[in-house]
Amino acid sequence: MPIKTEQFYLNVGPQHPSTHGVFRLRLSLDGEVVTDVEPIIGYLHRGIEKLAESRTYTQIIPLTDRLDYLASMTDNVAYCLAVEKLAGIKIPERAEYIRVIFSELMRISSHMMAVGFYLNDCGAFFTPVLYMWREREKIIDLFDMVCGQRLLYNYMRVGGVSQDVPDEFLPAIKKFVAEMPRYIGEYNQLIKQNEIFLARSKGVGILPKETAVNIGASGPVLRASGVKWDIRKMDPYSIYDRFDFEVPTGEAGDCYDRYWVRIQEMTQSLRIIEQAINQIPAKGPICSEVPQFFRPPPGETYGYIEAPKGNLGFYIVSDGSIAPYRLHIYPPTLINITALKDMMIGWKVADLIIIFGSMDVVLGEIDR
Amino acid sequence: MKFERYGTGIVKGMALTLKHLFRAPITVQYPDEKLNISRRTRGNELVWFPEKCTGCGTCTKACLQGNIILVTHRGEESKFIVDKFELDSGRCIFCGLCVESCPYNALAMGLSYECAKYSRKDLVLSKERLAVSNDHQPSAYYRPQFDDQLPDQSLLLYDRDKGGQKLKFLPLSKRKRGSGA
Repeated sequence: MPIKTEQFYLNVGPQHPSTHGVFRLRLSLDGEVVTDVEPIIGYLHRGIEKLAESRTYTQIIPLTDRLDYLASMTDNVAYCLAVEKLAGIKIPERAEYIRVIFSELMRISSHMMAVGFYLNDCGAFFTPVLYMWREREKIIDLFDMVCGQRLLYNYMRVGGVSQDVPDEFLPAIKKFVAEMPRYIGEYNQLIKQNEIFLARSKGVGILPKETAVNIGASGPVLRASGVKWDIRKMDPYSIYDRFDFEVPTGEAGDCYDRYWVRIQEMTQSLRIIEQAINQIPAKGPICSEVPQFFRPPPGETYGYIEAPKGNLGFYIVSDGSIAPYRLHIYPPTLINITALKDMMIGWKVADLIIIFGSMDVVLGEIDR
Repeated sequence: MKFERYGTGIVKGMALTLKHLFRAPITVQYPDEKLNISRRTRGNELVWFPEKCTGCGTCTKACLQGNIILVTHRGEESKFIVDKFELDSGRCIFCGLCVESCPYNALAMGLSYECAKYSRKDLVLSKERLAVSNDHQPSAYYRPQFDDQLPDQSLLLYDRDKGGQKLKFLPLSKRKRGSGA
C-alpha cells in the first residue's frame, strides 16, 4: 500500500541568492520533485514606462540604463534606434562603428556574468565568477574611460553618441581583442570538460525547439534550442550587415547548450569588434544635430535589437510633444522566463536552481 | 552520464588554478592603495563656476530628477544674479545631462567618490559647497579643457601600472584600515 503524501509548497525567494535579484518562485513539490512552478514578479517595479511619459526624449536615456543593469549600453542603443526610426534621423558613420564596438563589448561582458553566475549556481562557488570578472573588469575600465561610469553609462544619444572616444581607447581595445581568445581558452580549460559540471548540466532543463518558438523566447536561450535566429543577421539594424560573423546554435536545448552558446558568442563578438576597429573612420562627427528638447513627428514606431539576453524592443508613441505619449519596453528575459514551467516540471529542487541560472535573468529588466 | 576517463576534466581545471596561484594579484588594497580613476569620471559633487554662470537655468530643465534649484534676481543691466544654487546629491543619479546641457561651461562633474554623510541634510549641497576650489576640482566629462590636468587612468589591461601605482602586495601587519595611501 503506497503511503499517502501531501503536496508541499515552497517559496524560493524573493530574497534568495540564486534568484539573482528579487524574484519569487512558488513551487509545488512532491517530495523533492517539482510538480508546479509559478513565477511571481514585480518586486523591483519602478514604473520606468510611466516615468518616461513625463521626461523628454533625452532624459529617458538614463532611465533605460536601469533596465538591464548588466548591459546598459545595449539598452541605450535600442532606445536611441527606436527614437531615430521615429524621427527619421541619420547618424554619422563613426558613431555607428562606436555603437557596434560598445554593443559587442557589452555582449561579452554580459555573457561573462551569465556564465560565471550560472556556474555559481552549479555549486562552483565564486571561483569561475572571479576568473571572468577579471576580464569583465578590463571591459568596464574601457567603458569608464569613455563615458565616466562603470555600470550606468548614459552614453548613446539620439543621433549618435555623447562624446568621442579618447585617443588611448583604440590601442587599448586592440590589446584587449588580441589577448581575449587566450582567456576564453582558460575558461574552457576550467569548465568545459569538468565532469561534475557536465553531469549536472547535460540533459537538464531541456527546452524543445517548438516550445521555445511558441513562447517567443529569444537570444541564447532560443539559439541553444537549435533555432538559428539572430536579429543582427535576420533583420540587420545599424551596420551589422557589413560584418562577417556566425550565429552559434545548440542542439539539445539543455543547460549545457545555453552555456556553450554564450561562450561561442563571445568569440563571434570579438570577431565583429576586430572588423569594426579596422573599418572605423579616423575622425569625423559623432552626433548629428538634434536639439535638446526635440519633437519627433506624431506617430508610432517599434525598434528592436539583439541585446545580450535576446530581442530587446522599444515601442514609442509620439504625439508631437517633447515627451513620448507612451513608451513600452519589450524585455527579452520577461518573455524567456515564461518557459520556466515547461523546463522545470519533473526536475528536483537542486536542478531547478541550475535551470534558472542558465536563463541569465536580470530582474531590473523583468520588472522595470 | 558516462565518461571515458573520469576526472581528467577536473585535473585540467585544477592545473589552471594551480598556475594562477603563483601569479601576482590583480586587486589592490583599497584604502591603502588607490588607483587613478577615469578622467571623465562622473563623480560626486558637481563643480560650479560662479563667474561663468549666467543663471539661464538650462541645467534645471535638463535634470530628469528636477533636482537643481536655481533662484535668481535681475541685477544691473538686467543680468541674472544667482541667489541660490542648490543640489541634493542624495537624489542625483549622476547622469551628467546638466553638464552636457550647460552652454557656458559653468558646470562640471566632480572627481570625488568618498562622499558618505551622517545625515541627509548634509547631502544637500549649497552654492558655496559646489563652487570650485582647490580640493574640489572638475573632471573632464564634457569638458575636454580639463583633460590635460588630470592623470592617466590606471587600466587593468596594462596591469594597472600605466599612470597608476605599481601593484605591490602588502603584508598583513601593514594593512591598517583608514591609514590612507
